[in-house]
Amino acid sequence: MTRFLRLLAIQLRISIASAMAYRANFVLEGAMSVLWTSITLLPLIVVFEGRDQVAGWDAPSALVVISYFMAVRAVLEGLISPSLVDLVEKIRSGSFDYVLLKPVDAQAMVSASRYEPWKVFELAAALAVAIYAFVQRGAPPAPADLALGIVLFGTGVIATYALWILCAAASFWVVRLDNLMYLLGAIFDTARWPVHVFPTAWRFVFTFVIPVAVMTTYPAMALLGKLDLEHTLATVAGALALLVISRVVWRTAIRSYTSASS
Amino acid sequence: MRSAASRTLRALPTLLRIGVAEVVAYRAEFLVWVLTMTQPLIMLGLWTSVAREAPFARYSSADFVAYFLATLIVRQLTGNWVAWQMSEDVRSGAMAMRLLRPVHPFFTYAASHLAALPLRSIIALPVAVVLLASAGAHALTSDPIQLALLAPSIALAWLITFAFMFAIGALAFFLTQTMAIANLYFALFSLFSGYLLPLDLLPPWIAGLARWLPFRFMLSAPVELLTRSLDGERIALLLGGQLAWTAILLAVALGLWRAGVKRFEAVGG
Repeated sequence: MTRFLRLLAIQLRISIASAMAYRANFVLEGAMSVLWTSITLLPLIVVFEGRDQVAGWDAPSALVVISYFMAVRAVLEGLISPSLVDLVEKIRSGSFDYVLLKPVDAQAMVSASRYEPWKVFELAAALAVAIYAFVQRGAPPAPADLALGIVLFGTGVIATYALWILCAAASFWVVRLDNLMYLLGAIFDTARWPVHVFPTAWRFVFTFVIPVAVMTTYPAMALLGKLDLEHTLATVAGALALLVISRVVWRTAIRSYTSASS
Repeated sequence: MRSAASRTLRALPTLLRIGVAEVVAYRAEFLVWVLTMTQPLIMLGLWTSVAREAPFARYSSADFVAYFLATLIVRQLTGNWVAWQMSEDVRSGAMAMRLLRPVHPFFTYAASHLAALPLRSIIALPVAVVLLASAGAHALTSDPIQLALLAPSIALAWLITFAFMFAIGALAFFLTQTMAIANLYFALFSLFSGYLLPLDLLPPWIAGLARWLPFRFMLSAPVELLTRSLDGERIALLLGGQLAWTAILLAVALGLWRAGVKRFEAVGG
């Protein structure tokens, strides 16, 4: 475990160093996060211009969901997906062999291979949106809700990570994975909306098949003090179950890895 | 020049056949692309549920169904992934093979996309068309001129989208970060093309901006032709805009390509 943490620290240092080498990106990424944030917010603004409430959600509460969405996306694009894009490359070129040879668990090695430190901007933007939403509501979250909201942010990230690992595992069978990521990204995009605003059929899919509800809606409800115990437990259990499933699938997938080189 | 044109024409049937074979060979990948393109269904769910109790702006629930089904159909027919293909080819060195062929790669890429169209539409298109004709029928136009212009408008939308993506793909000759640009493109596209929500629901200043950007002519133009009743001036503006952007983007795409090929160094063999 300590060895893994040390490894993580080293890879984080390398990523930051290489990000610092391209300082022009700093400005570019900053501008991009402002753009992304506004594009993310726009449909919401349009909806709540015409309506006070949609499916029981008012504008500030929906903003809290968006802030969770932005935060999870920042973590996803900052920590998870760059590494997995690297993985595809390694599988295709055959250099994944060297990862398997290393005396560290391959999944850990792969999950932590590259970061995009600039995504910290988007995390900050997410926090700003959340603070703005609570100013609009007129009352800060209760300490207990705040704690639960933070814990469930963690489980939301875990669920997202598990889903992406499942997708990465698929690349052992179907080598072209970039568009699978793209699909997952497109679906993940729905997580910006509270799951309740969708009709029943959609809601079923987004809760049980591709659990975007677990990633953003339920954590946001926890922060708003609206999540009951049953849903809290279901969220945590769902995220952990996904993590276990993704681990099992990864182990199975890696066994069918046939090196591309030599 | 004439020989180049006739060469391209003669190669076309073969290129189309190769395209079909490619689609069949990469079935899984292909299915994923089709699924990605069904994103309007998600927006459809959202907006119909918003408009369930009362019409939103001037859109009733049925209007939203018609709008997003039309969006889905146009997107299925015009969407393409040539930017990904090209940056992949530049990075892997496969571009060298394409350059050796006596047909301009613009046509070889275009042919492979055209060949994919029938198979691509096989899944989503019939369903969407039937749904549109039944559930959204009253929201569709019955104007014969608009219906007649629909096919040319979709063809132009295809060409604009393809030229735009080809230009982004050609950037791979200059930059390593083309994927970031493709993502930026998609963000702007979803907003300004009417993909996420009908353009007339956008705040006025953004809708005004959308009128001058190419994105609207890639998607919203044919959709508007199908789902609105427009006066002659609006129709002329839509089609004229499409023609103008086709010319501009074709010039940009081919210009970037020419400049890019000069600095291309094939990687690998």
